[in-house]
Amino acid sequence: MRPIVEAVGLVKQVISDGRALNIVDDVSLSVFPGESVAIVGVSGSGKSTLLGLLAGLDTPTSGKVVLDGQELSTLTEDGRAAVRARVLGFVFQSFQLLPALTAIENVMLPLELAGAPDARRTANALLDRVGLGQRLTHYPKQLSGGEQQRVAIARAFATGPKLLLADEPTGNLDAATGARIVELMFELNRERGATLLLVTHDESISSRCQRTLRLAAGRLLSGELV
Amino acid sequence: MKDVSLGARLLVRMLRAGELTLLAFALTLAVASMATVGLFSDRTRIALEQEANRLLGADLVLTSSRPLDADLRKEAVARGLSAISTLAFRSMVIRAENTLLAEITAVEPGYPLRGTTRIATGRSEESEVPVAIPATGTLWADERLFGQLGLKVGEQVGLGNRRFTVAALLAQDPSLTLSVLGMGPRLVMSRDDVASTGLIAPGSRVVHRLLVAGARESVESYRQWAMQRLPAGVRLEGVRDARPEIRNALERAERFMSLAALTAVALATVAVMLAGRRFQHRQLDVCAMLRCLGASQWRVFRLQLVQLVGVGVIASLAGALLGYASQMLLGHWLASMVGIDLPQPGVAAALRASVLGLVLLLSFGLPPLLSLRQIPALRVLRRELGGPGTAGAMAYVLGAACVAALVLWHAGDIRLGGYVLAGSAGTLFAAGVLTWLCLRLLKSVSAGVGVSWRYGIASLRRRPLATVWQVVALALGLAAVLTLTLIRSDLLRAWQGNLPADAPNRFLINIQSDEVAPIESLLGSRLGTKPEFYPMVRARLVAINGTPVDPSQYGDDRARRLVEREFNVSWTETLPAHNRITAGVWLRAATAAEPALSVEEGIARTLGVKLGDRLTYDVAGERFVAPVTSLRKVEWDSFRVNFFVIGSPGLLAGYPATYITSFHLPPRSSDVVNDLIARFPTVVVIDVASLVFQVQAMIEQVSRAITFIFLFTVAAGVLVLYAGIVATHDERLREVAIMRTLGANRRQVLRAYATEFALIGALAGLFAAAAATGLGYFLSRNLLGLPYSSDPVVWLLGLGVGVFGVCGAGIFFTRRVLATPPLASLRQLA
Repeated sequence: MRPIVEAVGLVKQVISDGRALNIVDDVSLSVFPGESVAIVGVSGSGKSTLLGLLAGLDTPTSGKVVLDGQELSTLTEDGRAAVRARVLGFVFQSFQLLPALTAIENVMLPLELAGAPDARRTANALLDRVGLGQRLTHYPKQLSGGEQQRVAIARAFATGPKLLLADEPTGNLDAATGARIVELMFELNRERGATLLLVTHDESISSRCQRTLRLAAGRLLSGELV
Repeated sequence: MKDVSLGARLLVRMLRAGELTLLAFALTLAVASMATVGLFSDRTRIALEQEANRLLGADLVLTSSRPLDADLRKEAVARGLSAISTLAFRSMVIRAENTLLAEITAVEPGYPLRGTTRIATGRSEESEVPVAIPATGTLWADERLFGQLGLKVGEQVGLGNRRFTVAALLAQDPSLTLSVLGMGPRLVMSRDDVASTGLIAPGSRVVHRLLVAGARESVESYRQWAMQRLPAGVRLEGVRDARPEIRNALERAERFMSLAALTAVALATVAVMLAGRRFQHRQLDVCAMLRCLGASQWRVFRLQLVQLVGVGVIASLAGALLGYASQMLLGHWLASMVGIDLPQPGVAAALRASVLGLVLLLSFGLPPLLSLRQIPALRVLRRELGGPGTAGAMAYVLGAACVAALVLWHAGDIRLGGYVLAGSAGTLFAAGVLTWLCLRLLKSVSAGVGVSWRYGIASLRRRPLATVWQVVALALGLAAVLTLTLIRSDLLRAWQGNLPADAPNRFLINIQSDEVAPIESLLGSRLGTKPEFYPMVRARLVAINGTPVDPSQYGDDRARRLVEREFNVSWTETLPAHNRITAGVWLRAATAAEPALSVEEGIARTLGVKLGDRLTYDVAGERFVAPVTSLRKVEWDSFRVNFFVIGSPGLLAGYPATYITSFHLPPRSSDVVNDLIARFPTVVVIDVASLVFQVQAMIEQVSRAITFIFLFTVAAGVLVLYAGIVATHDERLREVAIMRTLGANRRQVLRAYATEFALIGALAGLFAAAAATGLGYFLSRNLLGLPYSSDPVVWLLGLGVGVFGVCGAGIFFTRRVLATPPLASLRQLA
């Protein structure tokens, strides 16, 4: 089976105080369709940078990323954006909802960008699914943290992505709310047959994933092993 | 197309969420103030022009010594204009054994087309007869005819082959303006009666005039049409051509109004720029998210562009409507206050303001959009990425260049636009550098002051760029307002100073040299005045530096007329008090015997005469040559006796001369004039009282208009302040939340804010006062031609308005920040 995302010898180097520093250091990994994979590590271990590289939001210093069969380094910035639109859904630690848009408009945005015919109906159904059917026209600032993350999850699944990338999805939430959000994410992931790749430092979340990859100082400790 | 629709939907959402409110508001007000100023000054300009045209009796007058081509009249009527013909000629008026040479104007029904004729019938006081003309068989005669012939209303006089009844005393007649200084006693009759007098035969000297009036555009297009077809010997003039003092007043008022409009444009630019900066900043996250969701760079740009253009169109149209409505209100208000009905404006000024607003927005908004599209999608993970970089700085340079071009276009006058631009740029730069230095200085001060002060100063120093921007913008706004205040009071002072209550209202001309002393003593004993008497000879310019003057060599119509006719040349040893030498030296007593000429600088420019040129004049067939040894500036609107050319006494004293003087005749002293006429029958008295009155009414009108326009400039300045404060709203919200969380009370925060705003206001106020003083001096002297006196009040005003205005407004505009609970702020900004 072809991996949905594959990294080969991935390196991201930055210059800090005149010294070269590898934030991501020779990482190779493959994630297959239908899997749920957690990348864990302490703060500053390079988890979010790795996620950014896998999503094509950032370019590696060396190595390559193949996303849904497309090698990202061969694509332009706009080419990578097009792949993202087709393949990916995102959930962020800080939700990243647009403050000027209501809950339903935030969920509609990726659908509208893709030119989907029934953006409002689809968004409505998704918000219903995440339990916010009564809060469609609320602005983000009128919603609690947990509710905002639900909207973000609904937005992430709106275009039916093959791969859902989540960056510390419970980082800004209390334990109970976080647990419910994780539950919701896994449910939707199962329902829609998507692949889940999430970054966390919370062992209770990573334990629910089929595989866990450990990152320390930019290097993968337990590679493809489960 | 897909993007237009999505962009439009996003626009609606952004508008609804209030994201675009400030930008839309800034642009709406900017366009509204530009439109109001533009429309209102248009109306005032038209009104002034019409008011001035009352002096002429028409909007345009065509004059010829031969009958005018009928096509000229037909074309005027075809263009929807009113047109009437008049004839002017001289003839003896006979009453019993007395005869007197009078200037006769024969008019058609409808005369005058502008202004009014005033008559007195003896039964009642003077009354206005706006459209009526003398009935067939009757005449209206002026006070000189009445005085010199001993006439009474109702008596008969002979004119040519016919006898006429004198039906009224002619108190005021617009055609006076056309013939000032060239006339004797006057009477007005119906044109239908001319043939029966038998006075006009082939070879008679008759001046044929066609008076034209109507809608401004039609008059202008008719003027253009007629200029192309004027046969030789036909003169076409509007009031500007006819009276130099009116032209001066009108042009000065117009320049001032353009200046006010340009200031509004400059302030509006700053407001739009600040609002645009905030918009761009808030769009960073939107663009990063769009990129993350897979939109291409150009798609992000297109979506943003649709929103920007959308908000621009909506706000510009709203602004134009608001501007139209507010200038209507102003018009009504003015009408109810002073009874002046302003003519309706065209929509051109409103449209121009809309286009200007849109271009303004795009020139500042488009370059940042181009940089916004390059926001890295990674910003969704790392917020510190992708702030407005150097592309932003370049964008402002580009934007500023666009605005500079716009200001020049709007000014319609490179010099005026250039001054405003140079003044604004100079203020911006100087205030920027000085603010930067002051911030460095404040660092050393802040060690020894209280916590609120320290926080206020720290707040300024923490955002050095934002502080510089705020101070600079406010300084620019305040400088504009102060400059306008200064120039406005100068302008009014200069005008009113020129026309004191005892401004001359009578001219005496055709005084023989032996009559000067008795007239002087008569005026001295009866009125207590001692007017200056100036000798004058009629002379015609025939050559400049030995080259014969050929009227056809002048492209300028006015110059052509000036060299075609004779004008009055005077001589005196002392420079008349209201004249100022601008080049060369005055004809000093020591050199008075040497031939020398002093020429008014305006006419010198028109005729292309320079200092040192040798002019040849023809006086009654004799010629003299003299060099131009000085150029003079003359206050035309002073209503004193003024001359284009003054010669040295030795040069002209030998020619036959008459004398001229002007004096103030107080109300109810007309018996003095009657006595004067009785004792000196050949002296001509010209009543310029009505002319003075009309000019004063015009000045009144202009000063009110200026007050309104000035108010709008102030409004634009307040908007700049608001935009500046709102631009830092989010940052303040976060800071106050943290301070309050750490235990600061409301008072402490308030005091810190007061310190911050007061410092901003003080800096802005001081820079503004300095800039206004410099700019005011420059503009008064170079553009408006007014004397300038430095006014220390401007410094107090600048500092006071700066500190208290900015502090008060700042606290008011930040009240929401202070009222928001800390947790709500932090959550909102999370």
